[in-house]
Amino acid sequence: MAKYTLTVNGKKHRVNVEDDMPLLWVLRDELGLTGTKFGCGRGFCGTCIVHLDGEPTRSCMIAVGNANGSKITTIEGLSPDVSHPLQKAWIDEEVPQCGYCQSGQIMTAAALLEQKTNPSDKDIDVAMKMNLCRCGTYQRIRKAIHRAAKEI
Amino acid sequence: MAHPTVSRRDFLKVSSTAGAGLMIGVFLPVKERLIDAGLVSGQPFEPNAFLAINPDNTVAITVAKSEMGQHIRTSLPMIIADELDADWSQVKVTQADAHPDKYGSQGTGGSGSIRRSFGKLRKAGAAAREMLIEAGANEWNVDKSECAVSNGKVIHKPSGRQFTFGELTNKAASLPVPEDPPLKSPKDFKFIGKSMPGMDTRSRVNGAAKYGIDVQIPDMVYATVVRCPTFGGKVKSFNSRAAKKITGVKDIFEIEEGVAVVGTNTWAVVKGQRAADIKWNHGKFAKWNSSRIRTMMKKKGLGNAVVAREEGDVAKAQQDADNVLEMAYEVPFTSHATMEPMNCVAHVMNGKCEIWVPTQVPQRVQTTAAEALGVSEEKVTVHVTMLGGGFGRRLWADFVTDAVAISKKIGKPVLMLWTREEDMAHDFYRPTSIHKLSSAMTKKNKATSWSHRVIAPSISGQLSPERFSEGQLDRSAVNGASNVPYEIPNILVDYVMTNTEVPVGWWRSVYNSQNAFANEGFIDELAHAAGTDPYKFRLKLLKNSPRHVGVLNLAAEKTDWGKNLGKGRGRGIAVHESFGSWVAHVAEVTVNSNGNFTVDRIVGAIDCGLAVHPDGIRMQMESGIVYGLTSTLKGEITIKDGAVAQSNFHEFELLRIDEMPKVETYIVNSHEAPGGAGEPGLPPVAPAVTNAIFDATGIRIRKLPIRPEDLRV
Ligand code: FES
Ligand code: FES
Repeated sequence: MAKYTLTVNGKKHRVNVEDDMPLLWVLRDELGLTGTKFGCGRGFCGTCIVHLDGEPTRSCMIAVGNANGSKITTIEGLSPDVSHPLQKAWIDEEVPQCGYCQSGQIMTAAALLEQKTNPSDKDIDVAMKMNLCRCGTYQRIRKAIHRAAKEI
Repeated sequence: MAHPTVSRRDFLKVSSTAGAGLMIGVFLPVKERLIDAGLVSGQPFEPNAFLAINPDNTVAITVAKSEMGQHIRTSLPMIIADELDADWSQVKVTQADAHPDKYGSQGTGGSGSIRRSFGKLRKAGAAAREMLIEAGANEWNVDKSECAVSNGKVIHKPSGRQFTFGELTNKAASLPVPEDPPLKSPKDFKFIGKSMPGMDTRSRVNGAAKYGIDVQIPDMVYATVVRCPTFGGKVKSFNSRAAKKITGVKDIFEIEEGVAVVGTNTWAVVKGQRAADIKWNHGKFAKWNSSRIRTMMKKKGLGNAVVAREEGDVAKAQQDADNVLEMAYEVPFTSHATMEPMNCVAHVMNGKCEIWVPTQVPQRVQTTAAEALGVSEEKVTVHVTMLGGGFGRRLWADFVTDAVAISKKIGKPVLMLWTREEDMAHDFYRPTSIHKLSSAMTKKNKATSWSHRVIAPSISGQLSPERFSEGQLDRSAVNGASNVPYEIPNILVDYVMTNTEVPVGWWRSVYNSQNAFANEGFIDELAHAAGTDPYKFRLKLLKNSPRHVGVLNLAAEKTDWGKNLGKGRGRGIAVHESFGSWVAHVAEVTVNSNGNFTVDRIVGAIDCGLAVHPDGIRMQMESGIVYGLTSTLKGEITIKDGAVAQSNFHEFELLRIDEMPKVETYIVNSHEAPGGAGEPGLPPVAPAVTNAIFDATGIRIRKLPIRPEDLRV
């Protein structure tokens, strides 16, 4: 066990956990931030994506020991009041079905829009193809990203 | 509860707790019969609290069906609120706990939530509306006919005076329930037929929605369970010392189904499970693999079959034929793979149990837990969380037993979570199947008979072997086969049961997914043999099936059927009826010379009767198309050494965004009774795609999933 300091959604947290504990479980089990989801635990599905120092990162694949001192943004911290253009677009396009994958989808898309304010379909494919959605909301995700891009 | 009023003839019940307003529930025939028979006391009567109008002017609607992405928490309230003429902003939704007496069956499946309750919910809303109007008329001392409801208010039309629902609800609660409240004319619908915004959309974009895995209660510990990968195998040994050495692991023990590891966080228990070095007695099924299963099925398929439908004389038609076309179609096992792996929170204490679980069957959870604990069902409280996907997987309560056993043993609340590997290894898989189709043909290649032998494991047979054993007919297994709609004079559909140890279950659209693939592929072959356009060929054989024709026409029209797509491209059509709805898809594909292909576009037309929540229906069509396409192109479960060979999404692949075709959905305008939406969009996907591949290449695919090598000539 060791002590780590993480800044999550602008707030400093000190946690005392094993150094190989994936960030995912620190967020969920230790900090109670359950918006970030577990889907596969091995980097295949993208449901666990958060921003780590601005980079979209699979939180199931990064040990807390490697995230010490980092700034982390989770879905809960994307906006205080569901006002991020992607969240608004997601609502307007009625993207979510079961919704389980959507935290990861939105966080990946948010990182994409940081880099490319007006992504092409190809850009969306490249950025989003590691985010699985068993409910099959891909077409609406694409539309919502384009919609949000127009707003930014 | 004061003065409940029960309308005997009708199925509405009303009650009021002093000052709490009007509550209306849908009548439960079974309970009513018990009262009639004097078996239970009729007073006081507990209402099925579907609808409560509160003094604070909220309209509280309790949804007893599970929300797994089908927006049922939006569409069921729409139906009630419409007849009630509520203001949408008044409507509050709560999720029902398990309670068979209150809600009847809460099972959420069979694309049935709307179609099985549409009339009842309308009537509940209408009754409440009439009672509120009457209460208002009484207050003003005017005739009821001078009053109306509008947007959550009762209005006295001549004077313009108004009451809110909240102001009248206590008065309304003491009035008799109208026997037959007038229902709105469809032209006056204000929510039904409109795409109301999803009740839960906001919470699904900010991380607030609570799934089973997100439940956290005081003193809770974490656990995971591993079962023997080989079906039917048992635990031989495990190293509990090594497991307990892992920081955070509290305990490791055997439960009926496998080995449970308990600890202070999920990571600890996952590590503990790995460290435990569990050994198994794999049992007899370890000698089985997919090819052995297939051989067994093929062999049994040559033997006796039980008849599901017989018309005319197929044997004679084949004798008289110039030629008999015979083909076999095949599909593999496949997994539900909900994005949220199976999990359950249970707290067993003092002979009672409280459960939080993402489930499609709250009541099965309740009985399962009660049985496991040897207590009565009232001792088990079941809270239903959001479901991270269902698709039929959560019609089972197998993982609930794990959580209950662990909590009982350790005396604490526990979040029991399966890893993805466990979830994939212990699903109830879509049954693998072989379909033998044949048709007698005249010299001019006109089909004079249709036979379809379904060779597949039986879900019912596994569930209740005493009722369904080999040689018996499992009607569900021939769903979509026995009701083949084509007018061919001699028809024989029969079934051969081929159960193994591999658990099988209801996978989105159940046996319709396999049977539609076989039907719609083979009918395409008959069209080709007859040298007729496959769309027109279907129309000719569907003269008395207007709803099949309606969706075929719509899908064909929207895709400019008949117009050439160019080299390497093809178009395929398929139609299927299931769960009270009709769906036709047209798929367009591009195949290049090395056998690689893309599905470019799928256009779907659905006739689901009256479209209650059109955008919800479109979503379900889109979702059914992706789910169906995934199992057409990938997503195969195979058996190796008696266990599932795939362990995670690198081996069991799902469709990704870059493989997503352009999808368009059209809804037939209809005033027929509502049909299902969650499943009917799936069955025609695979045959539309394989028929399109045939159109592009002349290669007929009869086995799923499609592999590029199938297309290399
Ligand atoms: S849970 Fe991290 S990628 Fe799937
Ligand atoms: S919305 Fe259900 S998995 Fe994506």
